[in-house]
Parts: sequence; C-alpha cells; structure tokens
Amino acid sequence: MSGLSQAHSVVAPSTATRRIAGAIVIVYALVTLIPLLWIIATSFKTPPDSIAYPPKIVFTPSLEGYVNLFTTRTRQSPEMLAQLPPPTTWYDKLVRSRNMVIAGPSNVIPRFVNSIIIAFGSTFLAVFLGTLAAYGFSRFRVPLKDDLLFFILSTRMMPPIAVAIPIYLMYREIGLTDTKLGMILLYTAVNVSLAVWLLKGFIDEIPREYEEAAMIDGYTRLQAFRKAVLPQAATGIAATAIFCLIFAWNEYAFAVLLTSGNAQTMPPFIPFIIGEGGQDWPAVAAATTLFVIPILVFTILLRKHLLRGITFGAVRK
Amino acid sequence: MTETTTSSALPEKLAGATPEVIARPIRGLSDKAIAWFFIGPTILLLLAINIFPLIWTIWLSFTNYRANRPNAEVKMVGLDWYHRILGDGDVWLAMQTTAHFVVWTIIIETVLGFGLAWLIDKKFRGHGLWTTVILIPMMLSPAVVGNFWTFLYQPQSGLFNYAVGFLTGIDPSSFQMLGSVRLSPWAIVIVDAWMWTPYVMLICLAGLRSIPDYIYEAAEVDRASPWRQFWSITLPMALPFIMLAVLFRGIENFKMFDMVNLLTGGGPGSTTEVVSITLKRQAFESWRTGYSSALAIILFVTVFGLANIYVKALNRVKQR
Repeated sequence: MSGLSQAHSVVAPSTATRRIAGAIVIVYALVTLIPLLWIIATSFKTPPDSIAYPPKIVFTPSLEGYVNLFTTRTRQSPEMLAQLPPPTTWYDKLVRSRNMVIAGPSNVIPRFVNSIIIAFGSTFLAVFLGTLAAYGFSRFRVPLKDDLLFFILSTRMMPPIAVAIPIYLMYREIGLTDTKLGMILLYTAVNVSLAVWLLKGFIDEIPREYEEAAMIDGYTRLQAFRKAVLPQAATGIAATAIFCLIFAWNEYAFAVLLTSGNAQTMPPFIPFIIGEGGQDWPAVAAATTLFVIPILVFTILLRKHLLRGITFGAVRK
Repeated sequence: MTETTTSSALPEKLAGATPEVIARPIRGLSDKAIAWFFIGPTILLLLAINIFPLIWTIWLSFTNYRANRPNAEVKMVGLDWYHRILGDGDVWLAMQTTAHFVVWTIIIETVLGFGLAWLIDKKFRGHGLWTTVILIPMMLSPAVVGNFWTFLYQPQSGLFNYAVGFLTGIDPSSFQMLGSVRLSPWAIVIVDAWMWTPYVMLICLAGLRSIPDYIYEAAEVDRASPWRQFWSITLPMALPFIMLAVLFRGIENFKMFDMVNLLTGGGPGSTTEVVSITLKRQAFESWRTGYSSALAIILFVTVFGLANIYVKALNRVKQR
C-alpha cells in the first residue's frame, strides 16, 4: 500500500505503481496457468514418467498417451508377441514395446463426434430461438414482459440434478434416453435463457431507426428484421453462439446422468479412460488437451464479450 | 391461430385510417402476431423442458414412486418426505458442507478477484493480454477440471503435493488432499478458487472501470489520501459489481455438482458431500425418487429465495 501511495493521481498511476501491479498480475497468471500446462505436458509423457517422483519437468516426449487414447490394447505373452509379424507402423511399435498389441480403435472418436453434434445442434437451435425471442422482447409490447424475462432467467437457476430427475423419467417414457436429439433439446432449453438475455441486450443497442427506415422504404416488419436488424446484430449473435457452444461442450451433469453410450459426450467419458491398474493419465491428459483446445480458441475470440456473457448481459461495457 | 386473426382485425381497421407509411407494415403480419410468433417457441420449449418437469417433480415429491420400479403402485404420501428431509441429519450435514464450500469460495474469490482487478486497473503494459490469460481456467469444463486436479492432488507424484512440499518442507507423501477428512473440504475450495477467481475479477474490473475519473480528480483536489480514496470512492462505487459477482458465484456454488463429483465424489465418507451430490446419490443410486424430488424442490426454493433476497439488497445498494 505505502509503495503505491506515491502516485500523484489515481487517474494516472505512476510508472512504479504500474510495474509492481503488472509484476503481481503476471506472477498470478503464470502460477494459475501451471495446472493446465502440466496436463498438456503430461499428455506427452509415458505412463511411468507421468507418475514419477519427483515430478518430471524435463522428460523425453512420447506420443504413447495419444496412441493409448485412440486405441484399445491387449497384453500378450512374450512368446505370442514373438510369433507375430514385426510391427509396421510407429504406433504399433510403441504399443509392442509395452508387450501389447492394438485390438482396435477406442470410443474416443464417437464421443468426440457426439460432443460436436450435440454442441453445434443445441447452439444452432438456442441461438435461432433466442434471436427471435430477443427481438420480440426488445421491440414489441409483450404483456407481462418483465415476468416472462424473469421466468426465462429463473429456469437457469434450477440445480441440474433437480431437473435431471423428471427429465430422466420423461425421456424414458418417450424414448429419448441416451439419444443425441434428447441431449440437443435439453441443452437448447438451458442455453436459450442465456441466448435471450444476451441477444436482447445486443438488439436493444441497435437503433430502431434502421427498421423504421426500412419499413418506410416498403419493407414489411419481417423483411426489416431480416435485412436491417440481423446484419447489425451479427457480432452479438456470434458471441452468443460461442457462449452456448462452450456451455454445451463443457456440460457434465446432464450428460453423465442421461447418457451411457450412444449419446455420451466427452466430459463424462474422459474420467473413465483407464489403463491397467487405474486411470491412464497420459491418455486422460491427451483427451483433456484435445478437448480444451477449442475452448482456448473460443476464449480468445470472445475476450471482448466475455463480461457480458458471464453476467447474462447484466454488465455490458 | 385464432388469436392471431382476432388480434389483427383491429390493426387492419386502423390501417385504413392511418397514414400510408405506418399502415404498410401492419398489412403483413401484425406486430402482435409477430411478437407471439417470435417469443412463443422459446416459451413452449422452456415449458416442456423446465416447467413441466418441475411440476412433475412437485407431484413426485408427494408420492412413494421409485424410478427403478416403474410398475409398482404409486401411493400418495403427503408431506412425509419434506418432514423426513427437514429432520434428516445427513441432509443438514450436506447443507453445512455446502455452506462451508460456498462461504469460503466466495470469500477467497472476492478478495483475490477484487485485488487482481484493482491491480489490472492500473493499466500496466500488456494488461489486456494478461487479463485474457488469467481468464482461461473459468472457460474450462468443471468436470474436466475436477478430473485433472485429482491428478495434481496425488499424494506422492502429484504436482500440488510436490509444490507444497517444496515450499514448506513438508513431506509431499505425508498428506492427502482428497483422502483426508480434514483437508478434502479445502481441496474443493482450492480448485473452485483456482477456476472462478477470474470470474469475480472480470466483473470487479468492470466495476472499477465504471468509476469516472473526475471523481478521483475531485478527491485529489481535496487532498484525500489514496487510502481514503480507496475506501470512500473505489470500494463503494464498485460494490454493486462485487455483489453481482457474489450473487452469481453463490448460486452456482450452491448447485455445485460437476467439479466436486469428479474430484471427491462426496468423499472421503461424506466430508465433501454437498447437497447436489446427496441429491444424485438419493435419486440415481438409492433410487428414492420421491424423497429426492422433495429435496430437489427444497433446494430450488432455497436458491430462488436467496437470489430474490439478494437481488433486493443489490437494488438498494445501486440506489444509494
């Protein structure tokens, strides 16, 4: 505190203040980045290296984690292995060096595809419905508008497990258990509340004069919405879509309770990537790394709108 | 559809009497029809996927239904489950565990988050880039985070234990963050703070940036000390934002499931069994559907009630 009080004006902090503040923030950022970097590093370790003590910071990189992630393997006796033809590919060789042979592909690709289909499907629906509803709330006099908006927000306050109990029963009745369609509908319902609130904020900021001018030019309300409002709202729609994508991509509670195989996404799958004698950490780390990369890209794309997204549009700036 | 036609009748009549410019849009679909056409699907979806299940849950909470025995006869049990839950020591224990988790995460995240925001607001070179870097943990999947922290918390080889050992000289294999009754409630607090401090930081930063410079300039003219400026300008003016962050974190952490389920699964024993975990165990492991429905309703009412009280308090702060 005393060091910082040298500043003549808080409006423009002195160079020293800035440097100290910067140093502390950078140290914090680097320290909190360590767990994620450690996981990425672990994905390039061999299983023995991953659980070595003391933890290995310098190690020979290996792709064993990735090979293990994408394959299922069986252990063979040395005699059996000797009878087999020599390994043809680098990954065969890698697996063979652990006295194993590749039995087939693992479930990771179907799970990844499920994640992609469910995330994109629900995002498309949520943003589509959300854009229409947000425009409706923004431009028209809707009876009980505030109550409806609060109702939409309040659906998000329910604990997912509480919602999952009747959804589980309902889906069992109508045959949506463990289906991609069921998960898409569920995630759409969860995301649409976010989409409505965010997009209403974005559309509120578009001056009504655009549509009014378009309607004076002979457009109907719908045409004006399509040709004057949507292009103006494009950035907001894109930001909202990324938020919905991230939510659906990361969601775990519904996925673990309502899917078991056919529609299972990555989050409930990753913890159950096991090798011999427990979790295969390099493979888990490899899955985590591949799973997290899209999120890192999205975070960078979204950085200007993050604040708005995480507060349901309550804080704009 | 009938409503659409009746409601468009009046505007149609008016259209004849209004100037050409205003009449034209009315001739398409009426605004009212468009409004319902636009808002309707969203409301319908939420009714089907949120409200209908909620009503079903309320009904189930008055019955002895068990989801693993769908063909058994369903009997109404009245308020029995509610009675039993409110007298159930395990539920109260879970509530205490949840309260410990919520209170400590909020304290740590608010102090660290506000501190970071205050430092970032000094606008050092590269603050934009570092802000983005700091935000990364909160964008990750809580489930995946919970899962990889079990790796960092491994007693022997885990990086967390090693780092603690390295810094304090304690033997890294002498303590188990997840296996010990004393430490595991803190293990989940640490991970949550790691993940969500950036969230509080981001909202606080918006609060600090919303304070106009001229207030500080006026304070400088009055020779208010930086200490005084902090307590009578910075903190009170950022307070609504801090409270907003606390509101969101409070609601989210009261419902916390993903991260804790993967990190400890409620264990060891039930030391980290927050209410969502209790709910999952009752609903999807013991299959006590009626009981867990009642618990779900109690949880929902609690979150909702707390949020409402809090929003009122928030509005009062804003008006000041």
